[in-house]
Amino acid sequence: MSYDDAAPSGTEAIVVDNVSKVFRISTTPVTSLKERLLGMGRSHYKEFPALTDVEFTISQGETVGILGHNGSGKSTLLKCIAGILTPTSGQVLARGRLASLLELGAGFHPDLTGRENVFINAAFLGMPRKEIANRFDEIVDFAGLEQFIDEPVKHYSSGMYVRLAFAVAVNLDPDVLLVDEVLAVGDEVFQLKCMSRIKQFQDEGRTIVLVTHAPETVRQVCDRAIVLDHGNLVIDDEPGKAIRVFREYIHGTSQTAVDTKALVDSPLAVGDVQIHHDHESVRRHVHVGESVWVDIDITTTRRVDDAVLDLEVTDNEGRVLYHVDTDSLDARIAPIDGNGSIRIDIGRIGLLDGEFPINLKLIERSTGRMLDWKERAASFEVLNTTRADGTVAFDVTVRS
Amino acid sequence: MTALNQPARRLASNELRPMAQRRSIPRHVREIFEFRELLASLTRKELTVRYKHSALGFVWSMIQPLFLLVVYTAVFAILGAGFPRFAIWVLCGLLIWTFAATAMLTATTSITANASLVGKVKFPRAILPLANVGGALTHFLLQSAAFAGVLLVTRHSVDWTYMWLLPIALLVAVLVVSGLALLLAPLNVMARDTMHLLELLVMGWFWMTPILYQYERAVPFLERHGVPGEVLLLNPFTSIIITFQRAIYGKSEIEGIILLPDNGPFWYLGILLATGAGALIIMALALKVFDRADANLAEAL
Repeated sequence: MSYDDAAPSGTEAIVVDNVSKVFRISTTPVTSLKERLLGMGRSHYKEFPALTDVEFTISQGETVGILGHNGSGKSTLLKCIAGILTPTSGQVLARGRLASLLELGAGFHPDLTGRENVFINAAFLGMPRKEIANRFDEIVDFAGLEQFIDEPVKHYSSGMYVRLAFAVAVNLDPDVLLVDEVLAVGDEVFQLKCMSRIKQFQDEGRTIVLVTHAPETVRQVCDRAIVLDHGNLVIDDEPGKAIRVFREYIHGTSQTAVDTKALVDSPLAVGDVQIHHDHESVRRHVHVGESVWVDIDITTTRRVDDAVLDLEVTDNEGRVLYHVDTDSLDARIAPIDGNGSIRIDIGRIGLLDGEFPINLKLIERSTGRMLDWKERAASFEVLNTTRADGTVAFDVTVRS
Repeated sequence: MTALNQPARRLASNELRPMAQRRSIPRHVREIFEFRELLASLTRKELTVRYKHSALGFVWSMIQPLFLLVVYTAVFAILGAGFPRFAIWVLCGLLIWTFAATAMLTATTSITANASLVGKVKFPRAILPLANVGGALTHFLLQSAAFAGVLLVTRHSVDWTYMWLLPIALLVAVLVVSGLALLLAPLNVMARDTMHLLELLVMGWFWMTPILYQYERAVPFLERHGVPGEVLLLNPFTSIIITFQRAIYGKSEIEGIILLPDNGPFWYLGILLATGAGALIIMALALKVFDRADANLAEAL
């Protein structure tokens, strides 16, 4: 046999065919017979659409991330794919052996030993006992729990627990692996192990569906990402685009509404914001230690004398890496009347790999009023040319 | 041929199949069969967990019938009721009844007790109540071994012309109990009252089954009240238990007291098969109901 026998890429592994899921939430919990009999004929239910007409296909060998904030329906979708929930309408089709890791260690019994639990857990996932026995050493080795495998798992730390569960799942030889928010657990060494196992799965042409609210994970491992919002599929695209949309939706629901109202009759508006650097004709990114400058176009409807500019540099997760305003810098923004511009120079960038968005805020000092506010107004990209890893660049030399 | 593209090949050869769908009864049975190792694992787990921190472990299972034997012998000696070797008579029916009652009671809460599992892992949920049946059955077999020991020691003579019926009776019992377990477990998800109601029913059911009294005593009583004695056989456990009594106690009458019908082994086989047929109907119904409930179990919990 040769590679020619391999399935042509593009064979569907999972087809989500117009899936909707409506949960019936009882307004009063009806779990007893009395209430059931008394409540007959009356409707105690409120319908809650968890998924609405979601449709996509995942090809074999793809790694797809499902992004969404809490309550977006991402876990419901994964449960429908796993076959734990039955869609209200539509259907999910899948091919091959499916292993779902919706909760690590589901089915572990605290009184049983690690060894006993491995066998039970694997049996839940449909693995024959003989096969588990064959892989048992591999599983224990992966989890790094050789010394504790005959201890009851109630004596395990939460990290050990998770490691054992993950080890069982990834040693199952699944064709499709469904993972829900579980990769963020365990210590760093174990996380690396998980990641490399996922990479290995990808190389072997297995299909992976990953549910997460951490865009970084999606960027790291996924070929494609799907964003859900209130049960609707918002975008199904390459990770970069999907993550951008995901953020817009998050901000769209949390802040913009309030701020646009406050900014309605602001005399000042931030227009175009662009980040430039010396090498942009040859490459998009900057290298560690180079500089960038930010050009901000401003328009005003009246003269603004005392604007204060507030600058934040964040990482892609939105964590603030640097925050400063013009007052703290002892810099002064010249009065603007009509059209104007501000330039910020950021020298010697001490950051390693990544995309770094900036947030801008303009405040009128005399009134303390917010003039304009732009989250992720622009971003610059740093390419790490060194072999170091992390977020911040240091000058490190070693002597001996 | 490389290991590398093996999953890819296998995947391509598999059909696209719906992840959630109604199952026909044979399909449902096949699915349960495919997960038989899980069933075995969970049954083993039941027993392991039960005796985890006890020094004697499963010996406790075996001590129970011996203890009951002593208690019943003493109590009925004081009361003056009963007949010779009354304790052995009682155990013939009591062990199998304990199996049925334990299995039904534990299976009823099997899904509600494993709520987190049902919501997180995909497997045939029917395995959960069936594992409880398996656990109770193992328990029964251990007790039977102890009981057999008692019979040997007391030099009790069983009736070998009836002994071959016992595996059939046990099989029928397993079918009846499994069917009821599969009906009760999803019912308890919909209304938790099922559990409490069942506790009462099981108690009543015990007294309606000829365990402490003899079948041939109940029949004339019923007939005196204008009820045909065969009504007793509508209780699926009657045929099972009187078969055990006939074979192990070994006599249909003692000291002039008529205990059991003396119609020969094939009459017993007949009532067992009739019960078995009823059990199959219950089982089919249970699988149907279970399948219907299955789609919503994860939500209902």
